[in-house]
Amino acid sequence: MHTGKTFETRDPRTGEVIAKIAEGDKADIDLAVKAAREAFDNGPWPRMPGCARARIMHRFADLVDQHVEELAALDTVDAGKLFLMGKMMDIPGGANLLRYYAGAADKIHGETLKMARPLHGYTLKEPVGVVGHIVPWNYPTTMFFFKVSPALAAGCTMVVKPAEQTPLSALFYAHLAKEAGIPDGVLNVVPGFGPTAGAAMASHMDVDKISFTGSTEVGRLVMQAAAMSNLKPVSLELGGKSPVIVFDDADVDMAVNLVNMATYMNKGEICVAGTRIYVQEGIYDAFVKKSVELAKKSVVGDPFNPNVHQGPQVDKDQYEKVLKYIDVGKSEGATLLTGGKPCSDKGYYIEPTIFTNVTDDMAIAQEEIFGPVMALMKFKTVEEVIQKANSTRYGLAAGVVTKNIDTMNTVSRSVRSGVVWVNCYFAFDPDAPFGGCKMSGFGKDMGTDALEKYLHTKTVVTPLYNTPWL
Amino acid sequence: ALLESHERHRVTTKICCLPVAHQNVHRFSPGRTFPTVDPRTGEVIARVAEGDAEDIDRAVAAARRAFDEGPWPRMTAYERCRVLLRFADLMERHNDEIAALESWDGGKPLEQSAGGEVPMAARCMRYYAGWADKIHGMVVPADGPHHVQVLREPIGVAGQIIPWNFPLLMFAWKVGPALACGNAVVLKTAEQTPLSALYVASLLHEAGLPDGVLNVVPGFGPTAGAALCSHMGVDKLAFTGSTGTGKIILELAARSNLKPVTLELGGKSPFIVMDDADVDQAVELAHRALFFNQGQCCCAGSRTFVHESVYDEFVEKSKARAQRRVVGDPFKKGVEQGPQIDGQQFKKILGYVKSGVDSGATLVTGGERVGSRGFYIQPTVFADVEDEMKIAQEEIFGPIQSILKFREVGEVVRRANATQYGLAAGVFTRSLDTANAVARALRVGTVWVNCYDVFDAAIPFGGYKMSGVGREKGAYSLGNYLQTKAVVAPLRDPAWL
Repeated sequence: MHTGKTFETRDPRTGEVIAKIAEGDKADIDLAVKAAREAFDNGPWPRMPGCARARIMHRFADLVDQHVEELAALDTVDAGKLFLMGKMMDIPGGANLLRYYAGAADKIHGETLKMARPLHGYTLKEPVGVVGHIVPWNYPTTMFFFKVSPALAAGCTMVVKPAEQTPLSALFYAHLAKEAGIPDGVLNVVPGFGPTAGAAMASHMDVDKISFTGSTEVGRLVMQAAAMSNLKPVSLELGGKSPVIVFDDADVDMAVNLVNMATYMNKGEICVAGTRIYVQEGIYDAFVKKSVELAKKSVVGDPFNPNVHQGPQVDKDQYEKVLKYIDVGKSEGATLLTGGKPCSDKGYYIEPTIFTNVTDDMAIAQEEIFGPVMALMKFKTVEEVIQKANSTRYGLAAGVVTKNIDTMNTVSRSVRSGVVWVNCYFAFDPDAPFGGCKMSGFGKDMGTDALEKYLHTKTVVTPLYNTPWL
Repeated sequence: ALLESHERHRVTTKICCLPVAHQNVHRFSPGRTFPTVDPRTGEVIARVAEGDAEDIDRAVAAARRAFDEGPWPRMTAYERCRVLLRFADLMERHNDEIAALESWDGGKPLEQSAGGEVPMAARCMRYYAGWADKIHGMVVPADGPHHVQVLREPIGVAGQIIPWNFPLLMFAWKVGPALACGNAVVLKTAEQTPLSALYVASLLHEAGLPDGVLNVVPGFGPTAGAALCSHMGVDKLAFTGSTGTGKIILELAARSNLKPVTLELGGKSPFIVMDDADVDQAVELAHRALFFNQGQCCCAGSRTFVHESVYDEFVEKSKARAQRRVVGDPFKKGVEQGPQIDGQQFKKILGYVKSGVDSGATLVTGGERVGSRGFYIQPTVFADVEDEMKIAQEEIFGPIQSILKFREVGEVVRRANATQYGLAAGVFTRSLDTANAVARALRVGTVWVNCYDVFDAAIPFGGYKMSGVGREKGAYSLGNYLQTKAVVAPLRDPAWL
């Protein structure tokens, strides 16, 4: 790195420093972009056929699988994520996503067109060029592969800035990428901070595209920087305040478990967390009672322990922010049913928390807390709950629990969100496009849709003479 | 002299029994076998179990069970993808062995089997593996308050009949998409080349393909083939072979259960050399377009139309090129052309030589047998060929190039299209406008501009007119192995339509 400056990354179980990481700033971003530019303009990666990129991506996926324990451990010490989940889901999920896009690399096609005059026209889908990826700290591995996989398949080169809280696994992935045969300069990882490295990338005149996952506030800054520099296209996957709507024909136990998972998964540090829980009045009392029981049974502790359900919040800042929202909730007049306190005086552990008597205008109902805090609310009718669910500036995910086909169809079309999970939650899939609307952002990750972010459509037209058909 | 000694090679025929449903299947027809012959010598390589209607019945029953009850269609597409990728890995690992088997059974130069066909077959499997988890239907806008989803479902049991000219590649083109879509398959190999499919089927099993999903039945057309086409338990038929047989196939499908049929049939593909062509390049390309694989390609460029301004030079250079073509034991290095597949084809081709001579075409070079053993024929060139001659009308499937003269574009397009076939065409020109106009005007499934025989996995291939129905390869092949189901439900108070 350029200046020799370093920064610390800490273990949220204890607050202690794990390692000092080289800190990239504007000059380092410049170097990385130069390398990516050279690799794109003159290197082999975009010039290989998709099937050749696919072979290398498959090797990369195999290497990820081979190092699953190390990688899961890195994310656990860096972010407090459950080790078992990392081993079983996050890391293999990353490898699987690489494989999904490897299989797409040789299937990116343009179209021949139906012109209204004697012209031969067709579209070419070209790699967009040098991509800047800004990856958050809550799912360091998953988010890394969400972004890197389709960009690689499309033939782009890239600079990845992992979150300053969680730089470790990204650095390891860069090493594995090289081992897999990804040519130099194609995948560059620059650890650093948002206001320096991130801002430099968003304002860089030679970056062709930015893909950002993070908070709505920072997403705004990224978009501004892109506009002020070279108008690079931006895709943003931002925050959410996702509603889960439980109708009274739901199986109460199933719904209680679903909602518990929706709110507390990954200690609530997940953009699609279901944090506004609307329960129809017919089952409301039973639902509240069972939810409190389940929350109290949750085991909060060392994420390396396979019996633990919830690890620590990622760092001191987040930890303090969550506790502050809990205080705000209390002062706004919501009723605290359970939790609300830290679990220990070491590290950043917070009890699974439930508020009721929450009104939609309260801060804890409007603002993204990003912690293990559930807001439980009662509703009467479908029309009412749709209106409540939509009364947010966010629009990322929504959950619906009902057995009724008409309710499901009506609600899924009426709720303004990027994904609707019916009788399930967090049902992510490599083939299912994911992304938000409204202030949760725009642009999709996953699915074949994600490739569009890294491609540019060029239309080619030439006149036709003596054509027997048009 | 070229053919007196031919190489010994280290391949043995391991699997000659019927691996129907794979596990411990024993011969059920009372031991009838048929020989498969080495076209270098006419000698028998091995005797292979001969499947008949009863064996087809059992194979279809196994496939039916595998589809209706077994794990294959029920596993995630991702898991199917992994099986197919493992299969591709195994094919690559055994590349040389498979190639040697193919060259031994079919007479094609080992360099082409090992360096071309086997890697291409593996590539094709990888391509389709990558489609497995990306098969989408549409959610379509209704004209009123209805929620409409279109599901693409595996079609069921696919019957596939493959030819002898590219046994392994044709295996991959058919089995790849069928399996990627979640179907079960009964595959009948050509009686001339039953070996490579039996071998790679065992590799598919090793890769994790469940029992009964792929059933390979060696046998003959009139018995096994006809039984497969007529079977009431087969949901789909795919055939590559001659146009004559294709007609029978379609008829049998119609008479039985109306199973949908795709056909890849014969051709008499024009190779058009315009006046602005680089003659040396055109000669070389036209030569390969015809002589590749001993002329045994459905899409062989078998009518070489040359503009009058470059005609004489073209004929001279084509003659020289043909005379330079190295004919010999396919296991020897540097050999470009091996023997024809069998005695029947051999006789048929020599018959066309006589026809060409009798009808007044100019025999520029070749026309004779090579050596005294096996089915080798000299690279043969006819010039001054006229459209009405048999050698210009009928598919020869051998190393006979026919060169015809033309004056202008409109004329050559008309003459190129004046055939019942419509498989492929080559156009050799530097002009962008000519390429665009002629490509659109030719009624063929593939137009190769300044190239030929480019068969990348994503490129759809198939014929117009009597060259066939439907397309293989690319995304276009998936539809052959999927059914389409619309699911419709009413919407109450939709927020938008």
